[in-house]
Amino acid sequence: MIRGILIGVLAVGVAGTAYWGYQEHQEKNAILLNAENNYQRAFHDLSYQMDLLHDKIGTTLAMNSRHSLSPSLTEVWRITSEAHSDVGQLPLTLLPFNKTEEFLANIGNFSYRTAVRDLDKEPLSDKEYENLKVLYKQSGDIQNELRNVQHMVLKNNLRWMDVELALASGKEQTDNTIIDGFKTVEKTVTGFDETNQGPTTVNFQKKDENYKKIQGKTISRKEAVTIAKKYMNFDGNAKVKVTENGKGSDYGFYSVSMKNPDSGQEASMDITKKAGHPIWFINNRDIKKQILSLNDATNKAQNFLKETGFKDLELFESTQYDNIGVFNFVTSINGIRIYPESVKVKVALDNGDIMGESAEDYLKSFQTRKIDKPAISLQQARSKVNPKLKVMEDRQAVILNDLNEEVTCYEFLGTIGNDTYRIFINAKDGKEEKVEKLKNAEAIYEDVL
Amino acid sequence: MHMKNILIKSFVLISVFIMPLSLVNPDGAYAFSRQVIQKGAVGEDVIELQARLQYLGFYNGQIDGVFGWSTYWALRNFQYEFGLPIDGLAGTTTKNKLAKASKYNEYFVKTNLNKGRKFTHYGGVDQSKQEAPSKKAPANNTQTNNAAPKATPKAATKAAPKKGAATPKAAPKKPTAANTPNGFSQNDIRLMANAVHGESRGEPYIGQVAVASVILNRVNSANFPNTVSGVIFEPGAFTAVADGQIWLTPNESSKKAVIDAINGWDPTGEALYYFNPATATSGWIWGRPQIKRIGKHIFCK
Repeated sequence: MIRGILIGVLAVGVAGTAYWGYQEHQEKNAILLNAENNYQRAFHDLSYQMDLLHDKIGTTLAMNSRHSLSPSLTEVWRITSEAHSDVGQLPLTLLPFNKTEEFLANIGNFSYRTAVRDLDKEPLSDKEYENLKVLYKQSGDIQNELRNVQHMVLKNNLRWMDVELALASGKEQTDNTIIDGFKTVEKTVTGFDETNQGPTTVNFQKKDENYKKIQGKTISRKEAVTIAKKYMNFDGNAKVKVTENGKGSDYGFYSVSMKNPDSGQEASMDITKKAGHPIWFINNRDIKKQILSLNDATNKAQNFLKETGFKDLELFESTQYDNIGVFNFVTSINGIRIYPESVKVKVALDNGDIMGESAEDYLKSFQTRKIDKPAISLQQARSKVNPKLKVMEDRQAVILNDLNEEVTCYEFLGTIGNDTYRIFINAKDGKEEKVEKLKNAEAIYEDVL
Repeated sequence: MHMKNILIKSFVLISVFIMPLSLVNPDGAYAFSRQVIQKGAVGEDVIELQARLQYLGFYNGQIDGVFGWSTYWALRNFQYEFGLPIDGLAGTTTKNKLAKASKYNEYFVKTNLNKGRKFTHYGGVDQSKQEAPSKKAPANNTQTNNAAPKATPKAATKAAPKKGAATPKAAPKKPTAANTPNGFSQNDIRLMANAVHGESRGEPYIGQVAVASVILNRVNSANFPNTVSGVIFEPGAFTAVADGQIWLTPNESSKKAVIDAINGWDPTGEALYYFNPATATSGWIWGRPQIKRIGKHIFCK
């Protein structure tokens, strides 16, 4: 009797579990399929965009007038950006697949720069034409490889989820067609020498100057600690750790970190080996209620910079985040602001401690520079500004333009409606180098009933 | 001497106006604290500054407690009109002059701020008309920055009929807006804070700044997607995204770390990758040129 009931209950239990397991299995499959379809879409779309790209560059080669060239190059630019976004959706980050993305970014950059130029006044140079031809060939190569992979994927019904699982488990199957195919694509792109993409190709990344412009003798570990202590208010109890930079770094630096076991305060700092300049430091502790005003904090920051040997700095921006004031200073020589040379300082608003400094940009661009005399007058420059802008402030400034070159400009700060704009007009030829809309404070989105 | 008389008179006049309010607000009209208010500041003094500038018709934006560009220009115009040195700082002289020239209905402003309503604080306009959401308020007032210090009631007259009576209590109010670094919204910061928290919980603060910096370095790099969300959600890029830890509620320190990173602190030496040597499964990552180690993570190019 009891045995019978027991068997019955168990049987129901087993059947229930089986049913539940089957449901789970179905759900899992549905989700896998969903993810798989997303990957498939991105991949096939990528391959389609590469087809388009190759064709479009091809047609561009045959064009001559600005009338058709500019829209065509703009189209190339658009396609590269779509292809770029497709690559970003594929599960390939663990594979060295960066070169292809870089290649796309480079074509995009090149086509954008030439498309926005006035091609009537300045037509494509022979060099740029050659460049375009090279890009045409390279995109053809990539297109070919991708089509090959696509063919294999379609023919053998390959699934991206398998790639992902293979990547996640670290056991890459030797015959994984997708991985191998993309590795070939990547190799093809790596083969493109960067030099044959021409001088107009500018990397999006900020140029790494390796602190070439700083002079001075190399410091020792001990000196690094002394310097760090000078910057960060620590008493003798602090535990100090110094490490050198790894082999992959472009420049030599020491990392100094300190911790005060009593107060829980911790701080870190990187110092260049050459001449011992602090690149950045962050001092971390809890900040109590605000007592100082942002203005008091500005003075603290200014004094700090003076004490640590910075000269000719002018406050450019000040912002309060809760109990911290963040200040951005730039060099100012005879009223001319040098924007690339900027130093940021963080000040605690409870007692005015310096909580951090970042001099990376400053160290990279600092130099004794000769500032060109402007070729046009302030009035002339002003006439280049949109007449709707109500100019409130003007000055001369040195900025980095789109091509990463330093240019001397007239800077106009003004308003249109409730928005404030900062506009830079090249002081040599009156070109509008940069127009920035300055940020308004953003409303806090609270759950208002 | 004559001038002084007028000032004293107007002072008396204002005091009379303020009197009924001081029953609610014992601190009275001169609520400005002693600080010099500077662009970028946040807090009650800024609310008062904006309200007073709006009362005189210089400031046409929202009263939100953040000293932004509109407030800055309004203040400079005020200084210009009243013959003060134009420096865009609200120091003692400027504050006194402003306090004398304008009225500040603290109770009205704070009640409305607390309720999250849109409202205006122009002088010479019935306040009940200013407290309801006025859609069109700033639209035709945009060019009045330099206008005479007389109120422009146009904005307020468009306002809809008043809402229910206010509760008789004006709690101190925090600003209704926040400073964010250029090019990033609060939601971007929150998303990054989520990723940083999921990736580097339990790391030292500097390690969190470092993770945020890697995200930003990737956005700037040609090798990666060009947006914060694109970088964070790139399949396989971050383990915290893959295993869902990104959806944990981030703590304050990860938010601070993100803001530091956006403001230009990069402890990683421009790293694009990092990994935890104890758990890294991919052999490939070990081949990257390593820059430094922070906490448990090794950062590389």
